[in-house]
Amino acid sequence: MAEAEAAPEGDLGPIIEITGLNKWFGQFHVLRDIDLTVARRERIVICGPSGSGKSTLIRCINRLEEHQEGTVVVDGVELTHNLKNIDAIRREVGMVFQQFNLFPHLTVLENCTLAPIWVRKMPKAEAQEVAMEYLERVKIPEQAMKYPGQLSGGQQQRVAIARSLCMKPNIMLFDEPTSALDPEMIKEVLEVMVDLAESGMTMLVVTHEMGFAAQVADRIIFMDEGQIVEQNTPDEFFNNPQSDRTKLFLSQIL
Amino acid sequence: MTKYAFHRSRAEMLPERAPPLTSTGVIGWVRTNLFSSWLSAVLTVASIAVLALVLPGLIEWAFIDATLTGELGKDCPSEGACWAWLDQRITQFFYGFYPVESYWRVNVCLALLVPALAYMLFDKLPYARYGRWYSLAYPVIAAILLVGGLGLEVIRTDQFGGFMLNLIAGLVGIVLSLPIGILLALGRRSRMPIVRWFSVSFIEFIRGVPLITLLFVAIILLPLFLPPQVTLDQLIRVMIIITLFASAYMAEVIRGGLQAIPNGQYEAGQAMGLGYWQSMRLIILPQALKISIPGIVNTFIGLFKDTTLVIIIGLFDILGQARLLQTNPDWLGKVDYETFLLAALFFFVICFSMSRYSLNLEKRLDTTRR
Repeated sequence: MAEAEAAPEGDLGPIIEITGLNKWFGQFHVLRDIDLTVARRERIVICGPSGSGKSTLIRCINRLEEHQEGTVVVDGVELTHNLKNIDAIRREVGMVFQQFNLFPHLTVLENCTLAPIWVRKMPKAEAQEVAMEYLERVKIPEQAMKYPGQLSGGQQQRVAIARSLCMKPNIMLFDEPTSALDPEMIKEVLEVMVDLAESGMTMLVVTHEMGFAAQVADRIIFMDEGQIVEQNTPDEFFNNPQSDRTKLFLSQIL
Repeated sequence: MTKYAFHRSRAEMLPERAPPLTSTGVIGWVRTNLFSSWLSAVLTVASIAVLALVLPGLIEWAFIDATLTGELGKDCPSEGACWAWLDQRITQFFYGFYPVESYWRVNVCLALLVPALAYMLFDKLPYARYGRWYSLAYPVIAAILLVGGLGLEVIRTDQFGGFMLNLIAGLVGIVLSLPIGILLALGRRSRMPIVRWFSVSFIEFIRGVPLITLLFVAIILLPLFLPPQVTLDQLIRVMIIITLFASAYMAEVIRGGLQAIPNGQYEAGQAMGLGYWQSMRLIILPQALKISIPGIVNTFIGLFKDTTLVIIIGLFDILGQARLLQTNPDWLGKVDYETFLLAALFFFVICFSMSRYSLNLEKRLDTTRR
């Protein structure tokens, strides 16, 4: 698929390298000594109790949160105060939010073409073509001329995914993409995400959807109190959890 | 057996029926709006009583007993209103002391204003692309037409007056106070301390001082401080002060709008790689300004009415003309409230139009129920 072409065969070196990451909100030590290396096309699900720092961790990858200690290197570029680096990384990293964060004053199509036109400097006609392609892929091309407020939650989240894909990112971050959805709409969003995972996209997904994790994840990371407590393949993680905290967490949500 | 038979099924669905007559039509409207409760009925009756008390007298004075024609004040004998001055003085109410032979320049300016405004206010006009450029060029064209230059005879701004002066000062203020207000509002929320401090002190200083004080400072004190070579037209000084004054209020109105935008909107813009100015222009401001429309128009209307304060630099705007006529020996004692009524009418037409346009704009920009 389109995304996979960006990474030449055999080039499966790390796309994200996080070492010794520490972050505080005021006095609160929210991320503690995080080390994480993500390979190209790897699909990682991050889970853990609320307040464990999982959202903050993925928000550090596109610098929606600033970290105080450690290094974050994305696709060979280190995140520092250098604004050029930050912009360069944000262009390559797509993000899907819990609350969708679609732009309510723009149509679905305009939501999708905004960044390609203004950030990638793509001609409008081409941007619209690309947008329609992705709207078709998330199965809502017929809603292109509507405004976000006229769509259901599930449709809005699918638009948000399409909007991110229009920037042709190398990495997609999902911050609890189904947590704000009514139960009957979770499935349609997860289907789109499974489809995306099968196309070879590098994905980091913060979610409580353990079925999704079991189906697509290469690795599951369990976080608690700002640290990575356990990480393993889904099989091992669910059937043979090592730490007591993981066992407790699994017993609560499964 | 359960007590209630909850299990049922319907073989035929019910057809739609029209609502009962009492809830629609004139009777329905009167009932729901004027006599819905005892309190509302009492208020309705009281309102009708007040109107019955005031309206007949007003109509009698303004129209029935009024004198419509005449050359001088003594032609107005009756107790009613004296409108005889209208036909000879109306031009002064509009053009002030602008030279009569140059009235055409003001008229052309007004005629050119119509398309310039239309292209700024309405979408979907033909040639919109060129129209916007024309709107941007209009202030230059208007300034040359009104003041002179490029072969046109120069007319000093102290000859400006009447409602035309209110319109000029008001339009300049409206056009400039919005962008300045936006910059101040963004500045006040800026992460850069210098920018933030400047915006906060500017806004708080301007809001903390009466407009008329600022005007006196600009007119009387400023020349004492500035070197004598620096001369700034008095009208321009007044327009600057009125504009800055409105900008401070505008900034706070817009800041309210900015605060209503959820953080997620900023983050979504950032996450896609949009820069600060791009996300402000494309994402945040369109939404924040839409929310702020009532407050923005409120400030515009206030600013427009503040233009009557040009009287303190000795310019005779429409209100000045109104008072001038009251003391004119030809009409002394015969004309007083009438001229104010005319001035009020001029202002009302413009302010009410702004208000209606803003309602229309709010509806047009509402993307939740289209």
